[in-house]
Amino acid sequence: MQKFNQLTGIAAPLDILNVDTDMIIPKQFLKTIQRSGLGKNLFDEMRYTPDGQEVADFVLNQAAYREAEVLVAGDNFGCGSSREHAPWALLDFGIRCVISTSFADIFYNNCFKNGILPIVLPQADVDKLMEDAKRGANATVTIDLESQTIQGPDGGTIAFEVDAFRKKCLLEGLDDIGLTLQKGDAIDAYETDLAEQPWR
Amino acid sequence: MTGTTLYDKIWDAHLVDADSDGNSLLYIDRHLVHEVTSPQAFEGLRMAGRTPRAPHKTLAVADHNIPTTNRAGGLDAIDDPESRLQIETLEKNCAEFGIDYLPMDDIRQGIVHVAGPEQGFTLPGLTIVCGDSHTSTHGAFGALAHGIGTSEVEHVLATQTLIQGKAKNFRINVVGEAPDYITAKDIALAIVGEIGTAGGTGYVLEYAGPAIEALSIEGRMTLCNMSIEAGARAGLVAPDEKTYAFLEGRAKAPQGADWDKAVACWRTLASDADAVFDKEITMDASDLPPLVTWGTSPQDVISIDGAVPNPAEIKDEARRKSTERALDYMGLTAGTPMQEVAIDRVFIGSCTNSRIEDLRAAAAIAKGKTVVDSVSAMVVPGSGLIKLQAEEEGLDKIFIEAGFEWREPGCSMCLAMNADKLQPGERCASTSNRNFEGRQGRGGRTHLVSPEMAAAAAVTGHFTDIRNLKAEG
Repeated sequence: MQKFNQLTGIAAPLDILNVDTDMIIPKQFLKTIQRSGLGKNLFDEMRYTPDGQEVADFVLNQAAYREAEVLVAGDNFGCGSSREHAPWALLDFGIRCVISTSFADIFYNNCFKNGILPIVLPQADVDKLMEDAKRGANATVTIDLESQTIQGPDGGTIAFEVDAFRKKCLLEGLDDIGLTLQKGDAIDAYETDLAEQPWR
Repeated sequence: MTGTTLYDKIWDAHLVDADSDGNSLLYIDRHLVHEVTSPQAFEGLRMAGRTPRAPHKTLAVADHNIPTTNRAGGLDAIDDPESRLQIETLEKNCAEFGIDYLPMDDIRQGIVHVAGPEQGFTLPGLTIVCGDSHTSTHGAFGALAHGIGTSEVEHVLATQTLIQGKAKNFRINVVGEAPDYITAKDIALAIVGEIGTAGGTGYVLEYAGPAIEALSIEGRMTLCNMSIEAGARAGLVAPDEKTYAFLEGRAKAPQGADWDKAVACWRTLASDADAVFDKEITMDASDLPPLVTWGTSPQDVISIDGAVPNPAEIKDEARRKSTERALDYMGLTAGTPMQEVAIDRVFIGSCTNSRIEDLRAAAAIAKGKTVVDSVSAMVVPGSGLIKLQAEEEGLDKIFIEAGFEWREPGCSMCLAMNADKLQPGERCASTSNRNFEGRQGRGGRTHLVSPEMAAAAAVTGHFTDIRNLKAEG
């Protein structure tokens, strides 16, 4: 997994509530058997007309945001389907960080497995970052995971919380499976005890 | 010491390892796999030279992409090369890694959340995961069941565990006696409407109370299925005699002395009387009307005798904009009575509402009536076994005579990954679980309803209060 340490990039405002994973990557793109290549279809039905033309006023089609690496979004981002294709599409486009007041559980988990940092902030902070983001390409933000801070375009600093284990995994690009396999003895012991419950 | 909840008990019984920082390693008893969210996980195993730790605890079935017509031709008859490749890939992966697979032409094939319980693969007190958010369905049996991402699918295959933080406990008491026109779907929609699409985020829901106890196992599956639409990690109903009666004798359920031992264990699972919940609400089922959604979020719920809401009356700017966007997408005007909204399509199916009870209920409405000319309606049973049972009961004839299409089992137009989809602007009364923009096809407009309400819409051409339809006889 790609490490996440510090990121300075353009923040794109997506001022919509309850952005669901069907919006992030519609089902017709779930037929792939690979993880890569989904960036061009990120937000497909909002980003393109049915005949494949770009929708001019969609944020990621605007010149200022085509290289965005941060997304600032409304409440409950990533709700709905568990499809990991959603973070894969974000990552493939170049988004490494999503900021919102809240995230849906499965999407939130999936981000960490893919080197994307989802940041939960109070409404006032999200509002501020949303306004900053609407200023366009000059509105770069710097996200520092080690110090758990976001520096806005006008120098203000916002602190954020993140689970210590997930932070460590992101900073070091750790593979969850490798970490769990180190606990093989504990899993073996647990399975031995399972003999008591043969239906399991 | 205070008592513990059903969720606490299952959690504690599955802890392999607990870190001081709140992340735990949880043992996973059952893993369901389908073709869409698994190829990259199997590929990951291969790349790392890993093998599944407990392949016999995994059950695979293709459901999302699978066509609901012309199934006799098998894989080769699937027109869409990408869909075909995904199903082929699942078959190959299962063969390579020794995983039990229900093939396309097997009578047991069906939607993963329908086929699993049907086989007795789902049991009380277990942890069950699947790369699908509607895994919450299995909570109907008192199993801790939830959706996971593909990276986690790979993690479970490799280790039979999952790294998890514990969620909080949220009990939803549903009291009163539901009138006969109120289904589990209406209760589910009422709950999502009440607590909102993020109202359950961070929680495991436990549904309790007389109206929940009164539900059949099928109804409890419908209810738990939609827990994810309220943002919850999982939904649970404590197992009871109905649960055991449903499971006893099923192919993968324990037999003989093991069965007795299992039931004795399952009887200890219910939340203790003095268990403390982090959050608790109570709703009354006796005064619920049949419900329908008007917008593009499952929380956009309204009574069938209500009208499309007016965004101008919403003070909060973000919510007002969100409502305006939804009405624009849905092609609805504020103030329009829901019963005047005409539909083009009807979909009866999905892991929410495709079980035998759902089909019986829809058939009871459709019997002797005719789908109006302007409407195209389809019924997609949840599994081959349900289809067979429905045919034995003559339900297929009722539907076909009324003008419904009678299809082969699969996820179908719930998410429109196969050929079953809405055209832009088409309006659908659907028994599925999500009314998101584009969910059933780009530009398609989905209204979530119960099977009875869907059948009523099919035979009248618009949303119809089944209370009136039933009164007319």
